[in-house]
Amino acid sequence: MRIGLFATCLGDTLFPEAVKSTAVLLARLGHDVVFPPGQTCCGQMHVNTGYQREPVPLVRNFAEQFGDASIDAVVMPSGSCAGSVRHQHEIIAERYGDAALRAGVATVKAKTYELSELLVDVLDVSDVGAYFPHRVTYHPTCHSLRMLRVGDKPLRLLRAVDSIDLAELPEADACCGFGGTFAVKNAETSTAMLQDKMRNVTATGAAVCTAGDSSCLMHIGGGLSRITSGTRTLHLAQILSSTRTSPHVLTEAAR
Amino acid sequence: MSATFLGMPATPPRSPYGTGNLRGDRKFPAAAHDELRNEQLRGNLGRATRTIRAKRLTVTGELPDWEELRDAGSAIKTDTMNRLPELLEELERNVTARGGTVHWARDGVEANEIVARLIKETGSEEVIKVKSMATQEIGLNEHLESLGITAHETDLAELIVQLAHDKPSHILVPAIHRNRDEIRQIFLKEIPGVDPSLDNVPAHLAAAARVYLREKFMTTEVAVSGANFGIAETGTLSVVESEGNGRMCLTLPDTLITVMGIEKVLPRYQDLEVFLQLLPRSSTGERMNPYTSMWTGVTPGDGPQTFHLVLLDNGRTAALADRIGREALNCIRCSACLNVCPVYERTGGHAYGSTYPGPIGAVLTPQLAGMDAARDDPNSSLPYASSLCGACFDACPVKIDIPSLLVELRHQHTERSGTTAEKLAMKAAAGVMSRPKVYTAAQKASGLGRVLAGRDGKFSHLPPPFSGWSESRDTPAPPEQTFRAWLASAEGAATMRAAADEHTRGGQPTRDQQQEEDK
Ligand code: SF4
Repeated sequence: MRIGLFATCLGDTLFPEAVKSTAVLLARLGHDVVFPPGQTCCGQMHVNTGYQREPVPLVRNFAEQFGDASIDAVVMPSGSCAGSVRHQHEIIAERYGDAALRAGVATVKAKTYELSELLVDVLDVSDVGAYFPHRVTYHPTCHSLRMLRVGDKPLRLLRAVDSIDLAELPEADACCGFGGTFAVKNAETSTAMLQDKMRNVTATGAAVCTAGDSSCLMHIGGGLSRITSGTRTLHLAQILSSTRTSPHVLTEAAR
Repeated sequence: MSATFLGMPATPPRSPYGTGNLRGDRKFPAAAHDELRNEQLRGNLGRATRTIRAKRLTVTGELPDWEELRDAGSAIKTDTMNRLPELLEELERNVTARGGTVHWARDGVEANEIVARLIKETGSEEVIKVKSMATQEIGLNEHLESLGITAHETDLAELIVQLAHDKPSHILVPAIHRNRDEIRQIFLKEIPGVDPSLDNVPAHLAAAARVYLREKFMTTEVAVSGANFGIAETGTLSVVESEGNGRMCLTLPDTLITVMGIEKVLPRYQDLEVFLQLLPRSSTGERMNPYTSMWTGVTPGDGPQTFHLVLLDNGRTAALADRIGREALNCIRCSACLNVCPVYERTGGHAYGSTYPGPIGAVLTPQLAGMDAARDDPNSSLPYASSLCGACFDACPVKIDIPSLLVELRHQHTERSGTTAEKLAMKAAAGVMSRPKVYTAAQKASGLGRVLAGRDGKFSHLPPPFSGWSESRDTPAPPEQTFRAWLASAEGAATMRAAADEHTRGGQPTRDQQQEEDK
């Protein structure tokens, strides 16, 4: 399959390891990973902060970059960006776009997936041949859970990982308090939410807290780093791409 | 040239600025700052909402047709809003035909005047009240007090709040932020003649309130109520409650005055079948609420002999006129969204500054009372008081898409607030990000941020507006290489080639294959 990889602005700039892992994983599964070089950002931050005119060029750019019929599916290591493409681009296009934009948005919307959805629903794999001998707990991020309804797909992928010790996260579906600019505009409320999430994460005794969104992991990881907790955060893709032959994530995690 | 003047459509009335209880005096982050520091409040709220959440899940889970009920509730409400004017006129006709009197109030000021006049006409200086969001919204008690009329709340939680000179902090459980010890203190201080040895056993506290209230029920001739539903088809009003104190108010006095928001109308009597299942299960987590009272006009010799219905707009038509916002009027005030909201759970209801707190409050309050950009209205901060986690949408019995409504209101706010620093930043960011070349250059520049980070490669202090964020979170410095730079590098190309080769050679062994090999 020819899979268009959207790195997301956050992934490309701040968390490239999550995107590299996504690319490597898909190539290893035998797929053609294409990276349209003109891609930038999905505009989610704009829309969620209340701006719908400003991201019009971003929505247009996304549709142009990934609209090509030779791209069978578009994937991104981010539930919230996939949610933005699937649910918000349409709103923008209807309000401020032209017929071409509306058509382009409809095309990309229909073939856009978050990583676990692509693997389980489209590529029909739940055992990707990964190896990760550590105690891991999984935080289902709100947009994956409630906007995309990914359900237990990420957990099915994790359960199939060789040697993993998967610990259930208490109050897993509670929001970590990130919410994009929410964490900036309502920093104190966000911190109160983060504290409870961290308490639950550390209670599992996991070496790694994983999720499908680098943004939530930046939040949880930023908090865990501040309290110098023994738990670190890794994107789901990094665990799934770790193998016996190239356990690059493993060495990093063991550090 | 001649022009045909078609007339200006009248702007729908909103709640007038500064009246009633639809606006706090501080923005949400500032109000939340204080509430977050109240450990007692956070503890009480966390415990209470966790309990109700669990109960709700149990009782909604046991209904095989719960999702269908939600769809039905949503459909009936949407239909109601689409033909609200005709349904309200039908309600008026049927209430009048059965001996009631209907009054129309454009806003809270008008409604307060009408109710006060009606009470004065009875000659009474006291009223008993059934817990009512609508009268809370318009500040009726305060208005009556200014005219020398005393309003006694009879709902136990509402009574606690009133005696404590406090404000409710939850739609359904107004005293959710108080525990038994606090309630005991309030009773000892405020109930005349209460037994000074009163302890904090719930039954004893309830008994003390009962003695106090019984006296009010027997001696007060006028009652003021709200309504959960008003049936257009029959002119029937309904109040749903747990304690029976409401039923006392609805049956004992001579005069009953009901204040109802115009969105509470339902087309047919049969529609109650849906809502009397949805409401109690969503709100208190009960299969059925203990008391459902219904009355239709007046019945000679039985119950109140004079009945007035005040239909309150106070911003509802304005919400209805908004194509997207009208969905919020479907709300049946069950409070399920409050009980699942992680923001509400930490800040409590007072931080919202309105009669309607929590997720639905953050939507409804700015719609009813506006977000006056010119006055830097505290209400404009409410749509941002959410992490958009979506738990409210999943819990709502009538499937109101609260997160999308919040995003829409944020948009309306930024559209009206002219040029701000934030808007300029958003424009600039979009400008950079819509030009890939400029974007790549900006990414390179951001990599320079590494020299500013600490030796551990982290930022622990950031300048405003990010200083709040960096209070409790470290931020990683941008890595040396972006993903696209890696992919374009020799290393990236080699890694991707190696991965593809692995597939050609048969790929990574799956778990089963691995175990086979290990044997
Ligand atoms: S918005 Fe929905 S969940 Fe919230 S109070 Fe209204 S009906 Fe209940």
